[in-house]
Amino acid sequence: MNSVHDMGGMHGMGAIAPEPNEPVFHHDWERRAFALTLAAGSGRWNIDMARHARERMPPADYLRASYYEKWLCGTERLLLELGHVTPEELARGKALDRVRDAPILRAADVPKTLRNPRAARMDDHLAAPRFKVGDRVRTKNIHPVGHTRLPRYARDKQGVVDRDHGAFIFPDSHAATRQKIPQRCYSVRFEGRELWGPNAGPRDAVYVDLFDDYLEPA
Amino acid sequence: MSQIHDHDHGHDDERPGPHGSPLTDLQLRVRALESLLVDKGLVDPAALDVLIDTYETKVGPRNGARVVARAWVDPEYKKRLLADATSAIAELGYAGRQGEDMIALENSQQVHHLVVCTLCSCYPWPVLGLPPVWYKSAPYRSRAVIDPRGVLREFGVVLSDDVEVRVWDSTAELRYLVIPERPAGTEGMTEEQLAQLVTRDAMIGVAKVEAPRR
Repeated sequence: MNSVHDMGGMHGMGAIAPEPNEPVFHHDWERRAFALTLAAGSGRWNIDMARHARERMPPADYLRASYYEKWLCGTERLLLELGHVTPEELARGKALDRVRDAPILRAADVPKTLRNPRAARMDDHLAAPRFKVGDRVRTKNIHPVGHTRLPRYARDKQGVVDRDHGAFIFPDSHAATRQKIPQRCYSVRFEGRELWGPNAGPRDAVYVDLFDDYLEPA
Repeated sequence: MSQIHDHDHGHDDERPGPHGSPLTDLQLRVRALESLLVDKGLVDPAALDVLIDTYETKVGPRNGARVVARAWVDPEYKKRLLADATSAIAELGYAGRQGEDMIALENSQQVHHLVVCTLCSCYPWPVLGLPPVWYKSAPYRSRAVIDPRGVLREFGVVLSDDVEVRVWDSTAELRYLVIPERPAGTEGMTEEQLAQLVTRDAMIGVAKVEAPRR
């Protein structure tokens, strides 16, 4: 979807403000929101659904919110949309009825869950690649209303395949339907001037990890 | 609930709650969500403590610094790291969530790599921990791809025009670790001493590693 989360190339966002000796969390609620998001999502939704939930925040709210506030909004939204909690329960902070035998991430299982090496890779479903390293490709001029990982600044642009990463779950359908569709993912190199015009540095390039469905031969 | 007190940095999101309550809106909202999910049987509160402890005390940029230092002192390790970063990083015991598929990028006098996630805030957790606020902020996410040299200047890194800048936008599930250049004057240092020099920012690609001042 074309919303403000897709920030690459926007102007007017101001200076970067690094904080010396920054703590991992600035407030206790950030710790809890971070952990609640991972624990509540475990076995209930996937990472692409979580990203899409955050992207669907109203744009003004998204820009105003701190990072973990975005996580909190996304988590509340998914819990409601998937029917795990009711609006009334969320407002009260109290369960109106308990869920029996719900999947639950136990403390003892956290290390194992965090070390799952599979995640999104689906190399056992590898089909022959459409592109090989060095091929010229053009990204499609598409504007899906759902989740996509093709940023706006890299649409309808020419680049060169730099690496073939193998097959991964295609995030666009994973967010929409939970279907795990294997798809090739490539690192594509775009020259700065192809993306940004004549004012870009002649020796600047951007590498974007892109799925087969976003690409056509150039 | 953890008893650690909040630091008040005067952010808008830390304004006092209603009726003079010392709790802010966000604190109340998160507390309500936690008690609801625990009450409902959807979340084990002990799991929350393990998750927090993992990312607050066990996983962080010291992990990545050990990878970089090893690559600096061991050419064979560096070869493996550049060929298959996931396996080479796992040799040192680092793996897992948000680092399942790693790629290492070596900075040199000819090429400077810089990592960003313009669409959200993807970051290699097992080697760098959770990302700093600036990495997740709109200014960095918007500017890194269109004005990488301006961003680098803001971090104090001025590159000459003949250095190629490569920006890596983490749009899929690959996660990137920059191997910064080993600074001159560190030839006599041990791997452990070298690891102390390597900063988080250098492994994102917004800083260079400095030799210790004599």
